[in-house]
Order: sequence, then C-alpha cells, then structure tokens
Amino acid sequence: MEIDPLIFRLSIFILSIFVGYYVVWSVTPSLHTPLMSVTNAISSVIIVGAIIAGLSGNSESVFNTSSIFGFLAIALAAVNIFGGFLVTQRMLSMYKKKKKDK
Amino acid sequence: MISANLSAIFYLVSGVLFILALRGLSSPETSRQGNLFGILGMIIAITVTFLSTDNFSTGFVFVLIFILVGGSIGAFIAYRIPMTAMPELVAGFHSLVGLSAVFVAISAFLNPEAFNLGVPGNIKLGSLIEMSIGAAVGAVTFSGSVIAFLKLQGIMSGSPITFKGQHLLNAIILVSIVVLIYLLCSSQSSNLFWILLVVSFLIGFLLIIPIGGADMPVVISMLNSYSGWAAAGIGFTLENTALIITGALVGSSGAILSYIMCKGMNRSFFNVILGGFGATEETASNSNKEQRPVKSGNADDAAFLMKNASSVIIVPGYGMAVAQAQHALREMVDTLKKNDIKVSYAIHPVAGRMPGHMNVLLAEANVPYDEVFELEEINNDFANADVAFVIGANDVTNPVAKTDPQSPIYGMPVLDVEKCKSVLFVKRSLSPGYAGIDNDLFYKENTLMLFADAKKMTEDITKNL
Repeated sequence: MEIDPLIFRLSIFILSIFVGYYVVWSVTPSLHTPLMSVTNAISSVIIVGAIIAGLSGNSESVFNTSSIFGFLAIALAAVNIFGGFLVTQRMLSMYKKKKKDK
Repeated sequence: MISANLSAIFYLVSGVLFILALRGLSSPETSRQGNLFGILGMIIAITVTFLSTDNFSTGFVFVLIFILVGGSIGAFIAYRIPMTAMPELVAGFHSLVGLSAVFVAISAFLNPEAFNLGVPGNIKLGSLIEMSIGAAVGAVTFSGSVIAFLKLQGIMSGSPITFKGQHLLNAIILVSIVVLIYLLCSSQSSNLFWILLVVSFLIGFLLIIPIGGADMPVVISMLNSYSGWAAAGIGFTLENTALIITGALVGSSGAILSYIMCKGMNRSFFNVILGGFGATEETASNSNKEQRPVKSGNADDAAFLMKNASSVIIVPGYGMAVAQAQHALREMVDTLKKNDIKVSYAIHPVAGRMPGHMNVLLAEANVPYDEVFELEEINNDFANADVAFVIGANDVTNPVAKTDPQSPIYGMPVLDVEKCKSVLFVKRSLSPGYAGIDNDLFYKENTLMLFADAKKMTEDITKNL
C-alpha cells in the first residue's frame, strides 16, 4: 500500500516544530521583540494561498465571492509582509555595540 | 509554466530561508542578515506561486494592485510607528495573519476546485478537516489579537473583565467548536462552516478579556503561536511546504516565548490564561494597609548619590515606556559615564508589555546592547553596586517574592535590587503595582523614593549632576 502524502507533510510539520524549538531557544532574549515581528512577517507566507484564491476567477469575471476573499487576504498579508520585515529591519538597525574609542 | 515538483522544491527552499531568518536572531550581528534571508524566502515563495498558477491575465494585475496597496500601508506603518507602540503593532499584525487565514479558508471552502480539493459540497475529507481547523484557529487569533490590541492601546481598560460562569461558558464553546468541526466534516454544510467561524471569533474574544494588562507578554506570545498554527492548518489544506514549515516555526516560537514569560512570573500557563489575576488581591491589601515610613527625595539628592557612586545599575520597566523616558535616561547615563561611573542595565524577562520590549526601547535610545543584561547575568552584581536606579519597574523588584510564601508573587524570580548600597526608586506614587501588592522595597532603610514622572525626574537629575 502506498503511503498517503499527508504523512509526508505531517513529517515535515513535526520535524519543523523541533527545528523551531531549538532555533528559537538560541535566540538571544534581547532580540525577542524582533523575533515576534519577523515571525509575524514570515507567517504571512499565507499570501501564497491568497494568491491562488485571488486568481481563481475565470477570464470573463475576475471577481467572484471566492476570489474577493482571496484579494482581501492578499491585501492583509501584504500589510504584514512589508510591515513586518521593515519594522524588524528598523529595530535591528538600532542594536549597536559599544563604541571602542569611548 | 513550472512543474508541481519544481515549485515544491522552491517552497522548501523558502522554508529553509525562514529557518535561517530565525537562526540569525541568535546574535545582533547576524540578525540583519537573517532578516534578509526572510525577505528572500518570501520573494521566492510569491514568485513561485505566480509561475505555478501561470495566470497572468487581468486577475494577476489585481493581485499586484492588492499587494501594492497592502504593502504601502504596511511600509507606512513600519516607518511611522514609535518603538514604544511595538506591542500594539505586533498584536495588530497578528490579527491580520489570523484574518487572512480565515479569508483563505473561506475562499477554499467556496471554490475548492481552484485548490484541487474537490467540488463544493464534496470537499476531500482531509482537506476539509485541515481547512476548518485553520479557519477556527485563524478566527481565534484574529478576535483575540484585536482585544489584545485594544487593551494595549488603552482603548479598552487593561483590567481583567470577569463574570460568573466564565470558565464554564468558555469550556462549552471550546467543546462546541470540536463538535461543529465534526458535524461540518460529515455533512459538508456551508451553514455549519459560517457558524464555526462565528463561534471561533467569539471564543477568541472571550479568552482574552479576562487577562490583565501586565500579562500581555504571555498573551501576545500565545497569539503569535496561534497565528503560526493557523498558517500551518492552511498549509496542510494547500499542500504547501513553505506554509507548513513556517507555521510550525512560528507556532513553536510563540509557545516558547509564552513559556519564558510564564516562568518569568512563576505562574503556570493555565493560571495566566484563566485570567483575573490581581483583581482579588487588590481589595485585600487595601483593607489592611499599614502606614509605614518612606524616605523620599528630590533630583538633587539622587544626583548626589549617583555622583558619589562608582557603579550604577538601571532597572527599567513598563513605566519608562509609558513616560517615554528612554532618551532622557540615556542622557543621564552619558553624564554618569563622563564622571567615570560604571553603568549597566538589568532587564527582567517580563518587564514591559511584550518579550524584549525594554531591549528595543533602550536600543532605540542608542544604548549599546552589550551594556544591557538579563536577570541571570546581572543579579549577582547588585550586591557590589552602589546605586540601583529603578525606573518604571515595580513588582519585578519586590523582595516579598523571596521572603513571603503568602504573597501571590512568591517564587517569581526578582531582581535583587535591595542588595545595592542604595536604591533610587522613581515612581509617581506609592500605589501598588500590577499584582496589587505593596513593594517592601519602598520602606527599606536604603531606599530613596523619587516621586515624579520618570522622564521629568531623569531630566532633572541630569541637570543636577
């Protein structure tokens, strides 16, 4: 009997939880706020689902109930992607070391 | 245009890049590079989606328009937001992740053909389960984050809202969500799908209202975790590796942060989630309040003490963020350093309203991060320091946590501020902190209370130095 592809996805999922566990414990506590904003940005990769949904309309009508929800999701996820990465970049650029010449 | 296998590999690449993005945060030097990995991963994922749908018609133009509109709003917010408002921003962003998960699930439910999940009314069982879990968790994330946002923003009172039978009601709703998902999967009824969404929105709202303002670090981390699980649920529906990996990463990241925050308060996760903390103790402590003498001083006294010190440890808390005193504080420290006084900062894990809140504010005020220390790193240094300068922190310095087993905060790790030769405590009044208990530190021999606004006091001290 063939293995259901779901099992492979489940394996990826479980292993990623463990990867996440070890990677996040190694994050220095002083960067916990940027960690939250960057996880926010990357979880907006949900935009890939939104794009598929948005493009689900046919050539005569781009907008149907399903694709409208897709377009809304695209806009929301895009706010997060741009906002999340940029605010993280802005925060990280503020973390500076003591100047040696002082 | 590109095969399903090739796009699956690219999604895997972007998942790996996201792991590297988090890995970069292990030190500030590598963090900026990590963020670039994250951006690269996102660009790959979006590009591959466009190529694999191979639909560059009118719909594609609209997709770009919506990305641009959302993106400009996001960029505008990212550049304009003050660092003190970071907890609100993160809560707001979580709500958007939750809502977009809900929208994608709705879209997939209405038009499963577009996602290869079957036809309306006959969606593949596995996909339907994944979809409804993703939608339910997304809805909880959305409404919970909105409440957290309103509380942090001060639009809604930060005090816990409790009522009789609250836990019972929540339990009933949680059970009904499970039942609804079961019924939905067996009947494929769209009415049940909408009911499930409404009930999930409701429970997100009910779960967060009983949790008080100072427990927000746990709540934000928890919602961070939920947004990850919602994304993973949708990832399973769409059979998308990038989304599954990311969801798992974000989910475990949020869970670890909630754990760290709970440990910082010596409270169990359930104790925080069930809420209502601080509401009962407050009345008790008010009734048997004894008048104990406190020593209070002015900026001049404080400046005198610090001028004669050789080392000073600063203990910032949420009050510093409220008063926006971080820049004034940095100026004071600069003056101290000119007088050859050694200055370091001590950060309690739950200081502020979200994990790492104080670190970001100090970084914003140009405080070098190697002068800022975590509780375990610096707690032994208090005994050798001359002055501890407590600005906007309270409960995290309360020695009662070590001495009084009756106290609600007993066992919570605290900064050993009282071991310093002298303690300067900037506070507006003697009122108890969030836990509703008196701070013993106020009445110690070596404590000098500075009753004033944190920013104004810091500025005045600098003038007197």
